[in-house]
Amino acid sequence: MPIEVLMPALSPTMTEGKLAKWHVREGDAVTAGTVLAEIETDKATMEVEAIDEGTLGRILVAEGTEGVAVNRPIALILAEGEAAGALDAAPPAAPVAQAVPAAAAASAALITAPAAPAVAPVAPAGPTEIPPGTPMRSMTVREALRDAMAEEMRRDPDVFLMGEEVAEYQGAYKVSQGLLEEFGAARVIDTPITEHGFTGLGVGAAFGGLKPIVEFMTFNFSMQAIDQIVNSAAKTRYMSGGQMGCPIVFRGPNGAAARVGAQHSQCYASWYAHCPGLKVVAPYSAADAKGLLKAAIRDPNPVVFLENEMLYGRSFDVPEIADFVLPLGKARVARPGRDVTLIGFSFATGLALAAADELAKEGIEAEVIDLRSIRPLDHETIIASVARTNRVVTVEEGWAACGIGAEIAAVIMEQAFDWLDAPVQRVAGKDVPMPYAANLEKLALPQVADVVAAAKAVCYRR
Amino acid sequence: MAKAVRKAKAGSDSSRPRKAAGAPGREIDADQLLRYYRDMLLIRRFEEKAGQMYGMGLIGGFCHLYIGQEAVVVGVQAALSPGDRVITSYRDHGHMLACGMAARGVMAELTGRRDGYSKGKGGSMHMFSREKEFYGGHGIVGAQVPIGTGLAFAQAYRKNGGITVCYFGDGSANQGQVYESFNMAELWKLPVLYVIENNQYAMGTAVGRSSATVDLYRRGESFAIPGRAVDGMDVVAVQRQATEAVAWCRNGKGPMILEMKTYRYRGHSMSDPAKYRSKDEVTKMRAEHDPIDQVRKRLLESGGADEAALKEIDREVKEVVSQAADFAQASPEPDPAELWTDVLKSA
Repeated sequence: MPIEVLMPALSPTMTEGKLAKWHVREGDAVTAGTVLAEIETDKATMEVEAIDEGTLGRILVAEGTEGVAVNRPIALILAEGEAAGALDAAPPAAPVAQAVPAAAAASAALITAPAAPAVAPVAPAGPTEIPPGTPMRSMTVREALRDAMAEEMRRDPDVFLMGEEVAEYQGAYKVSQGLLEEFGAARVIDTPITEHGFTGLGVGAAFGGLKPIVEFMTFNFSMQAIDQIVNSAAKTRYMSGGQMGCPIVFRGPNGAAARVGAQHSQCYASWYAHCPGLKVVAPYSAADAKGLLKAAIRDPNPVVFLENEMLYGRSFDVPEIADFVLPLGKARVARPGRDVTLIGFSFATGLALAAADELAKEGIEAEVIDLRSIRPLDHETIIASVARTNRVVTVEEGWAACGIGAEIAAVIMEQAFDWLDAPVQRVAGKDVPMPYAANLEKLALPQVADVVAAAKAVCYRR
Repeated sequence: MAKAVRKAKAGSDSSRPRKAAGAPGREIDADQLLRYYRDMLLIRRFEEKAGQMYGMGLIGGFCHLYIGQEAVVVGVQAALSPGDRVITSYRDHGHMLACGMAARGVMAELTGRRDGYSKGKGGSMHMFSREKEFYGGHGIVGAQVPIGTGLAFAQAYRKNGGITVCYFGDGSANQGQVYESFNMAELWKLPVLYVIENNQYAMGTAVGRSSATVDLYRRGESFAIPGRAVDGMDVVAVQRQATEAVAWCRNGKGPMILEMKTYRYRGHSMSDPAKYRSKDEVTKMRAEHDPIDQVRKRLLESGGADEAALKEIDREVKEVVSQAADFAQASPEPDPAELWTDVLKSA
């Protein structure tokens, strides 16, 4: 029976890719390790290797084909002595991965690993800022962020992007794809790997009248630069009696990716949200990513813009509005409901939405609030929801201690105590550094089932 | 100010340093020397007054005096043009005065009053003047170096011909972010002049006790940034070297480092009794190298000014400082409502 070569996944979030090139032809002998083909996504390129010996019997997907689904058979390999006639007899594939990514090529940045936790379904579109009847286009969060930067750079020559690998490499996560070509090396600037220095330089450029976008390859690396973000960017306006300003955006992926270990998997939302003088934004959908990033770039204050690697490749509907800008500081009711409020941001919004689907099957109508902004925090939307549902579960991937859930619980205690029918519950990352092992990592991160269980608990349901 | 005593050629533009000033063996213009004398004296008297007011409890918290180092900032400032920017550390009063910021606004900030440059919300280490291109006043050792490099980045980005002077001390010179900045400044040929004010002590630690190499002007060598050591107690030497360095930066050749060998007479801050050095060391420095005495002597010997003229400048400077002190005490405390303003700018 011929062996099927399947379309591999470069990352947990990849669902399809382009078959860029075949390195072998039908009839070629292959051995384990022979490079068969190259595949591409908007994020990275990798080689597909054979893991068995034999002859390449048939190519099922021509080179240049876009949108090849993960796990679709792309070729058949005949084992030694197997006749070509066996090719037509091959039954539909049992999806056993017969191709493995060449590890070196797959590691586009510091990340990418196989075996993803199940991803939550896409949210129903319903931001209130989008007029009914607006035409929508599906795009990934990655594309939405890129478009936001490109639009703002076209609009204002003082806006520029700097960071590690943002220019020639097209972004470690391919968020800045195409920007160098359009705007040139004076405005899309590769920096040395010196976060402290280039962050301070960006702050100085903002003091000097420009509007920098500083990309951190991940927010974990912003710890090298947190002095410049907090002591210089956030405080100088106040310390100068309003004379100075720091219009700057610090952006990049934040929080857990997949299997990248403790130093690359931390959520910094509460660290930055703690500080007056900063705004902190953490979008979930592509539409929000676009509208909020455009707003962040225009904002005259320093904005920490927390993205999420697991969301980069996910597609959402984005309104086709010429200049789509969303207000900072406004939460979004992502799903209305009457029984319990689930409050999340960034990736956790997806968990909350998936949990709401599960709860609906058991007759519990959960309202989901996507915070979008962590600072300023939209107390009004939170309190109004508590007044409707009287029960709250917060969901975040970061640690619970001094976290965003803790802040929300305190706000509700102070402003809506009498509305509560149950104590607020927090679903958060476990109080440990992120483990590497797949099973432990899954245990460390909040899962949909945890949110469902917490929601039932505050509803006093089993 | 010096009309009565000037010996300078008529019609000369006293607001700009002249070419002749940099030529070796030629005496510097009396006009210029008088201006340096006046500017350095203003800093000295201002700082002395600030020290007194601190002692009286009118100034709180941290207060780092610049006494002894006046020649550095006055000499460098003389080499700058309109549109050039200045940024420094927390020992910043002298820089602000040299940039032309009003003594009374600086003093009122020291007393924490509403007429201070930061409305009383910044204090000694945190004052700014966009109008005078002074970008602070930074309280974190070394943090002003990448920021200053970024100010120069913005000037290069806008191609406006301006340069930034980024001052830091021998203490900062060991900070990692300084070298990250050097690397980018040279890599991108940014118009930034790094002025290291080596006053020999990082707080209480002598340079030799904290630095593996003590020739700080050579700290840019591995980035190919040229550096020079300058007698930072001699305002004329400072001005000459700064003029050349500024031209280097302005002509697109990238950054340059000037290490100013200088000395602070007072402690690191007001709460420092300076037990880490001998009284003799300080006395000797004051007696033999004082920047103001040097200029004074030069003026008198060259006939650039007589005792009476200098006395007139002394009187005038004292008056400015005394008025600043009065103003700073008369200015009211900030309105309590100011607590909540200036955190964020409305979009």
